[in-house]
Amino acid sequence: MAFTSMMGARVTRREDPRLITGRSTYVDDVKLVGTTYAAFVRSPFAHAKITRIDVSAAKASPGVLAAFTADDMRNVGDVPTAPQIEGLKVPKHPPLARGRVAYAGEPVVAVIAETPAAARDAADLVEVEYEELPAVVDLERAVAGAPYVHDEFGTNIAFTMEINGGDTESAFKNAAVTVSERLLNQRLAPVSIEPRGMVAHWEPGPQHLTLWSSTQIPHLLRTQMAVALGIPEHRVRSIAPEVGGGFGSKLDVYAEEIVAAFASRALDRPVKYVETRSESFMATVHGRDQIDLVEIAADRDGRISGLKVKILANLGAYHQLLTPAIPTLTALMVPGAYDIKNVAVTLHGLFTTEVPTDAYRGAGRPEATYLIERAIDLLAAKLGMDPAEVRRRNLIKKEQFPYASAVGLTYDTGDYHAAFEKALQLAGYDALRKEQEHGRSEGRLLGIGLSSYVEVCGMGPSSALPAPGWGSATVRMEPTGRVTVMTGASPHGQGEETTFAQMVSDRLGVPIDDVVVLHGDSAIVQYGIGTFGSRSTAVDGAALYRALDTVREKAMKIAAHQMEANVGDLEFKNGKIAVKGNPEKAMSIGEVAFAAFRGLNLPPDVEPGLEATRRFEPPNFVYPFGTHVCVVEIERATGAVKVLKYVAVDDCGNIINPMIVEGQIHGGIAQGLSQALYEEIVYDENGQLTNGSLLQYAVPHAGQLPMYELDRTVTPTDVNPMGIKGVGEAGTIGATPAVVNAVVDALAPFGIVNMDMPCKPERVWRVMSGHDGETNEKAAKS
Amino acid sequence: MIPASFDYLTADSVEQAIGLLKQHGDEAKLLAGGHSLLPMMKLRLARPNVLIDLRNVAGMRGIKTTARGLEIGALTTHAAVAQSTEVSAYAPLLAEAAAAVGDVQVRHCGTLGGSAAHADAAADEPAALLALEAQFEIAGASGVRTVAARDFFVDMFTTALGPNDVLTAVILPRAFPASAYAKLPHPASHYPVVGAACALAVSGGSIEGARIAITGVGSVPFRATHVEGLLAGIPVHDRKKMESLCAEAARGVEARSDAYAGAEYRVAMADVMAARAVLAAAERAR
Ligand SMILES: Cc1cc2nc3c(=O)[nH]c(=O)nc-3n(C[C@H](O)[C@H](O)[C@H](O)COP(=O)(O)OP(=O)(O)OC[C@H]3O[C@@H](n4cnc5c(N)ncnc54)[C@H](O)[C@@H]3O)c2cc1C
Repeated sequence: MAFTSMMGARVTRREDPRLITGRSTYVDDVKLVGTTYAAFVRSPFAHAKITRIDVSAAKASPGVLAAFTADDMRNVGDVPTAPQIEGLKVPKHPPLARGRVAYAGEPVVAVIAETPAAARDAADLVEVEYEELPAVVDLERAVAGAPYVHDEFGTNIAFTMEINGGDTESAFKNAAVTVSERLLNQRLAPVSIEPRGMVAHWEPGPQHLTLWSSTQIPHLLRTQMAVALGIPEHRVRSIAPEVGGGFGSKLDVYAEEIVAAFASRALDRPVKYVETRSESFMATVHGRDQIDLVEIAADRDGRISGLKVKILANLGAYHQLLTPAIPTLTALMVPGAYDIKNVAVTLHGLFTTEVPTDAYRGAGRPEATYLIERAIDLLAAKLGMDPAEVRRRNLIKKEQFPYASAVGLTYDTGDYHAAFEKALQLAGYDALRKEQEHGRSEGRLLGIGLSSYVEVCGMGPSSALPAPGWGSATVRMEPTGRVTVMTGASPHGQGEETTFAQMVSDRLGVPIDDVVVLHGDSAIVQYGIGTFGSRSTAVDGAALYRALDTVREKAMKIAAHQMEANVGDLEFKNGKIAVKGNPEKAMSIGEVAFAAFRGLNLPPDVEPGLEATRRFEPPNFVYPFGTHVCVVEIERATGAVKVLKYVAVDDCGNIINPMIVEGQIHGGIAQGLSQALYEEIVYDENGQLTNGSLLQYAVPHAGQLPMYELDRTVTPTDVNPMGIKGVGEAGTIGATPAVVNAVVDALAPFGIVNMDMPCKPERVWRVMSGHDGETNEKAAKS
Repeated sequence: MIPASFDYLTADSVEQAIGLLKQHGDEAKLLAGGHSLLPMMKLRLARPNVLIDLRNVAGMRGIKTTARGLEIGALTTHAAVAQSTEVSAYAPLLAEAAAAVGDVQVRHCGTLGGSAAHADAAADEPAALLALEAQFEIAGASGVRTVAARDFFVDMFTTALGPNDVLTAVILPRAFPASAYAKLPHPASHYPVVGAACALAVSGGSIEGARIAITGVGSVPFRATHVEGLLAGIPVHDRKKMESLCAEAARGVEARSDAYAGAEYRVAMADVMAARAVLAAAERAR
């Protein structure tokens, strides 16, 4: 029966049929009568003064209604940013550039016309004159001094954060061995399959704005739009229709959204804008982009006593919604899954003349995992130890939980050794090492890479975030016994329409088909914080769990009254509320719902109706963990890397739907592996994006990815009532270092101890040909 | 991704296409599969005012054997070339190159003639056609002529086609059952970073003549004549020897460089791909 078997069931995703048959409504499918279309004139330069803008020819072009510049939008607020970091420098960020531009692709003029083509043609007629300023693209030079992105600050350092846990200086002084490395974490483009899009509809009669946006945060977007445009919040409705992926890039409020809403109000017409793929590459936030200097101190047995990390984080030209907060997550996670008592971190967030970085799947944690996991391998190489053994000796032990990390976090629950040993066993680690040795004697370049990660997610306690972090849910029983759920999460691929319905089915005993999960419309759903930071199930799911409890309690009261029994004598079992020991005397939740709706024969202290809205404020983050093992073979002639085997043992606590969890891990690994092997955003020294198209930027095809062998351990969390941790980002966080460690391991015969990502064929080939690459000698010299 | 506005015309015959080209001059472009031209128009890198669609032109599609050899209509899609049993028997190299183009959608829209006429520096089929010593049949205002592959590919995006010319067919005068294509694909576009096409004439178990063409390295596909010379007379079972002779396949060529792959790497990969193509071709001769 559905009632008992729903939790943990491989229910196929209910949202998929409509998605894969094209019967779904994305922003671009929203077609309103009288719609006009926006096209943006964007800066061709990375950094320049704007000396003249002439929109007269564009305005005279057929079908054009308006051409807006910053001058037209003086009364409109800046693109918002949330983080409140001490001493953070916040540059002005008008939606259309005012007087100067700070990255190539920055919107300067918005042309609104009757058709997309007319808008695009007219955009070509806008004349903008620029006086070029020096580009700032090199982080090590940016931190050192001029030229500055924002002259008014007299520095490119937006903020500095220092964390000191324990006594790192003496740990290093007393260490038997130390290793250090400079690690690059390259810039990536999120590349969701649906680019950003929006339709803004100002209705002059009711003085009301509706904004359809491809967003992960419809309610936060609504609040921010109200503030930026000066429209009272109750007169703004925000709708995230079907959203084709986001990976964090749509956890944002964008200039174009503000401009579209402004233009709709100025023209009394709906305004639509959907970015092109090229625009997406140059003007949607990027992710990662750090230089990390990592140093480890250890004893001869490989026990780590100290960790020093210096992070140079590329923030780009402006702060988008969470830009400066992302690298702080790196700083907080540098010790990873290891028991390191002495940790010192210095983080500089740096302005450059590039498009802002912000959340991208993993958001700060992949960088942390990468640097510690690479450093562990460097230590193993230096000591001549098996990297598995170094990990085994340093992983936090089961009995240490809850574990207070040296940088001030409290890891909730874990059994890292269990996942680690399981992964090694599943991969056949010892046999792999033998095969590698044998292979090497035959000239084969086999590499085995490990990564044991822990990540912080389930964002999260409001007190620890720059935005609210609670979850919300409404459960409404309809008179006919069907259930409507409204979640504050904003799923855009994660599958909560299925997993949340499974929870309802389990707790209320209704068939899954009798449950609908609504989300993403501020006029329908109670305020919600949205979907990001692997939070939806752990936080909004917990709110749903509470709402289901409340509905159950009320249903029991009503049932007791109707059946003339005591609540204490009832039990909720097999989909019925029955008198204990007398299963004949029972009511289904549907029957109770009808009684509650009809309003007859209710207990005196009970209101009609059967619904509940509940919120959940998590007391802590949750900390999923696991170990990934990757085996690669390198082709000597070309440098091509082939992944022969990929094993992942992840622990995300209790599981509602294993198939969806596996899907999240598959996709996560794909993106993490892709950073290791394929993807990189390349700006040239003038701040020009050199590979901003899918012809050049390598998002892998299925054939470029391996088969995954997955398993899990289950260590429930005590942070929420279901014992569930997040899983949306774990795969990405774990995968990247596993793959790079494997590649570097394969190159060990060449004396290589480090190489930069992506490990593309040319780079690997150059390393093997002795052109590039970090060897132990080179590392020792520097 | 909206192109600048243009007029769309269709031609029913080669003569009509030529007439329309003459009428509209520089303003006009022929449209075949559209898989090179339309992306450029959408990025506004190309802005023709008139497109002349060849799709309805009779007789420009299909594969047939004639006295001149195997004739392939210019409008034949990559997929049709890849799946053709005639091509696979006559010149497996070309079927392999066509099968290696892009992805399924691209192969079912893009055409052999379009790929040749477009002459991208890193296209697959042009290298195959160069190695197979294809003849290009061109219809122009002053009649029909044929041009040898060697003279057809002039430079990046430049061929022997004049402004009023239509490429009607590609003719393979000679069968090369011992031929093969090897490619190192770009991870994003799957265009070749470097591709090598090899057609071997074999007699008595030894290479009588080798034809090797390299794409992706220079601005046009070129013949690795120096390697071709060295391979003459080598037994097709001597894999080591053949492999070792594929050195400096790109000798004298100014190699391209971009953010993904530098010149030095491309030059080195020319040897690796040439060796792979030669060995695979030799395998077919055994
Ligand atoms: C995503 C993608 C991936 C691709 N990957 C590859 C790849 O891996 N390898 C590869 O080689 N190519 C690749 N291509 C290019 C593809 O092969 C194109 O189909 C081909 O280059 C052009 O053929 P077409 O029929 O589409 O020509 P069109 O785009 O219609 O035309 C191209 C040019 O040739 C001219 N032209 C076309 N036909 C004639 C004719 N009969 N006579 C005179 N002029 C003519 C046109 O006027 C135009 O200038 C890819 C394309 C895309 C979009």
